[in-house]
Amino acid sequence: MSSGPSARDELHVPGSSELHLAVALDGAGWHPGAWRAPDARAAELFTARYWTDLVQEAEAGLLDFVTIEDALGMQSSKRDGGDDRTDQVRGRLDAVLVASRVAPTTRALGLVPTATTTHTEPFHVSKAIATLDFVSHGRAGWRAQISSRPDEVGHFGRRSLASQPSGTGGATTQPVAWELLEEAADFVEVVRRLWDSWEDGAEIRDVETGRFVDVEKLHAVDFEGRWFRVRGPSITPRSPQGQPLVVMLAHGSEVYRLAALGADVVFVTPHEHAEARSLVEAVREQEATIGRPERLRIFGDLAVVVDASPSVAVGRRDRMDELDGEPWRSDAEIFTGSVTALADLIEHWVGVGLDGFRLRPATLPHDLSVITAGLVPELQRRGLFRRGYGERELRARLGLIRPKSRYAA
Amino acid sequence: MSAGSSRRQVHLGVHFPGVNNTTVWSDPEAGSQIDFSSFEHMARTAEAAKFDFFFLAEGLRLREQGGRIYDLDVVGRPDTLTVLDALAARTDRLGLVGTINSTFNEPYEVARQFASLDHLSGGRAAWNVVTSWDAFTGENFRRGPFLPRELRYARAREFLQTARELWDAWQDDDVVADAATGRFLARADAGWFEHLGAQFGISGRFNVPRSPQGHPVIFQAGDSDEGREFAAAEADAIFSRHGSLSAGKLFWADVKRRLARYGRVPDDLKILPAATFVLGDTDVEAEERAAAVRLQQVSPRTAIAFLERVWNCDLSSYDVDGPLPAFDPAPIAGYAQGRANAPENPLATAREWRQLAEAEGLSIRELVIRVTARQSFVGAPRTVAELIDRFVQEDAADGFVLVPHLTPGGLDEFAKTVVPILQERGVFRAEYEGTTLRDHLGLQPARALGSPTLLSAP
Repeated sequence: MSSGPSARDELHVPGSSELHLAVALDGAGWHPGAWRAPDARAAELFTARYWTDLVQEAEAGLLDFVTIEDALGMQSSKRDGGDDRTDQVRGRLDAVLVASRVAPTTRALGLVPTATTTHTEPFHVSKAIATLDFVSHGRAGWRAQISSRPDEVGHFGRRSLASQPSGTGGATTQPVAWELLEEAADFVEVVRRLWDSWEDGAEIRDVETGRFVDVEKLHAVDFEGRWFRVRGPSITPRSPQGQPLVVMLAHGSEVYRLAALGADVVFVTPHEHAEARSLVEAVREQEATIGRPERLRIFGDLAVVVDASPSVAVGRRDRMDELDGEPWRSDAEIFTGSVTALADLIEHWVGVGLDGFRLRPATLPHDLSVITAGLVPELQRRGLFRRGYGERELRARLGLIRPKSRYAA
Repeated sequence: MSAGSSRRQVHLGVHFPGVNNTTVWSDPEAGSQIDFSSFEHMARTAEAAKFDFFFLAEGLRLREQGGRIYDLDVVGRPDTLTVLDALAARTDRLGLVGTINSTFNEPYEVARQFASLDHLSGGRAAWNVVTSWDAFTGENFRRGPFLPRELRYARAREFLQTARELWDAWQDDDVVADAATGRFLARADAGWFEHLGAQFGISGRFNVPRSPQGHPVIFQAGDSDEGREFAAAEADAIFSRHGSLSAGKLFWADVKRRLARYGRVPDDLKILPAATFVLGDTDVEAEERAAAVRLQQVSPRTAIAFLERVWNCDLSSYDVDGPLPAFDPAPIAGYAQGRANAPENPLATAREWRQLAEAEGLSIRELVIRVTARQSFVGAPRTVAELIDRFVQEDAADGFVLVPHLTPGGLDEFAKTVVPILQERGVFRAEYEGTTLRDHLGLQPARALGSPTLLSAP
């Protein structure tokens, strides 16, 4: 790549005191039985009040950002299609819209909704995330996710997917459909080009000549690929961050490569310290073959059942497993234990070169509150976590530069 | 003034100033067209004045003229639903109307976006269904220019039909969320749908539970015979362009007459023409201000550009204060792209304008000002309030979608001076009575789907 890392980027030492923490929001929490927990707000999952309270709690804990899960189909206990269970949460709101609804109710928290690349339009996703960046004053991100579920194909009826069974790039470790990943790579590229299609300063409002914009600073993106052609420019001007944060969850080298090509942050799922080290190395290896202006930020994903006392956490997990009828399984390591033990784990694992963690609370709001009111103060005491928000923009908080438009002269 | 309870109530919405020359960006008071604060200011002004709704238009490709991006008007806009959803956090009662194209979207995604907005706003969502067919816009999307013009309403109609099926796939009480019994859903097939039609063949489970309004309020803006029929069959409100009293009455009668065919009554469909306005302390002062605004809206370059869209060629060498071109337009399509209202017959339009200009001695700029003048309410606040009231009492409109020419403060004066007079006259609410947009507009609850009248619509 032509431009080298910024001075600011070079100052950022992996594993240094600047630890980043994100929380993944999904329904009543990540445990399938979470909605039956004593403080769960299961009847409010589709209200603005519920989501506002969650993000305000996350912001009170000075977290870097929240992600919001989404999919273009119903939740299911099966990987390859729908189920007929009535005893788990079913239904969800559009994640980009949840994020925009809560944006004005927060001031510093990053907002990273999921949007699928498989059935949607890059043009729409690009302007939606850019607009989220406007309404949040530079706190927007996008978690790009493919979908290989046949039921979601049926909801659009416009394509058939490769017949081999495949994972979703979400909560699975199955091999993912290569074609969907290639399409996602193109999709991210188009979205990013559209974000750059208005240079900064394109709006000139020159009363003298009557010109609102300088058309020399608006650019067609002229993308032509196997899955779509997109002409551009975007209808939405360049947003506060220029390039909102792009994040991906990855379980293998194909997606590490995709992340190295198009993401700013990648979530990996180590199950132990040694694996955390090997995953970081595997991501860096892909990154090295691509060449990027800025280092990919790597977060470890952990599902957490956490309380002040370990026995309380274990008891809660057992109780939820019992309610749901089977033990909770996850693609990510499930941490069950005390605040102190979780802080120990984070402190230990971050040493292998992770930039931070994305925690998936088993239950909401309980585990989120323990993170913000218990874990965060513990990490602060250890000098590992910020005591106040500095940068308000999300890229800046992660030490990422605000890039110039690729089309700028 | 007495508030006769029999007087028909006025409905008011505000249209965020758009990407056309109605919006005067060159004014010293004009602010950002993209910063959230501008949207917030106008929406909160509208809500403080007890307006029914806030309206956002949409266009999915930047306009071009003569092969270049058209730079004389405002350029650039946000994603419609994302901004409306953020506004839901800054308002409590105001309806939120989003224009979304049925050509370059898919029903599953749009249905869940509007259902989500309706949930997240507590029942204030509305969808202005627009159609499009142009290959120019299609170049930004996967399917490209796939839809012949004559099929755009067929697709729009089936799109909306499909969306309604998705919204109806959940019943009000499907989410039980009873922790004690462990029952989250009332039935295992909540959300199940199957739609097999000419435009869409989809099936599966819709993943957003039924929203507060059941269905968002449906707006429609097309004015062709087909568009009117579509509105009569499907819409709750029409965003129309027939702003004069006489044209408004004709349009009203024509559209409301069509409703019976679909088993609907006149109150089921609100007719809301777009209207600009200019106020002043006196009528004379308002007229003077209006003339000045027209000159801002039709700058010399804008006047020439407007003419070029009819003549389909570069007219930049023409004197805007001189006569119209003496030659006839060339029959070239595509000189101006991305506009909804291109002239159908440039030759006839050009001849008509030349006659008008010659008869009245109008220059190019004067002619453009004349032919682009829309119905505007111009006058002192009392004059404007009386006019609006008269339109509504005389069956020319159910209210108006006001189009201010300034962002973000263009509604301020109206809210402060005209609204109180309408309230005094007893024709506009002093407080919101309900919480949803259906409540504000006096609409019935969402219809259950599948009534044969809808399916047999022509």
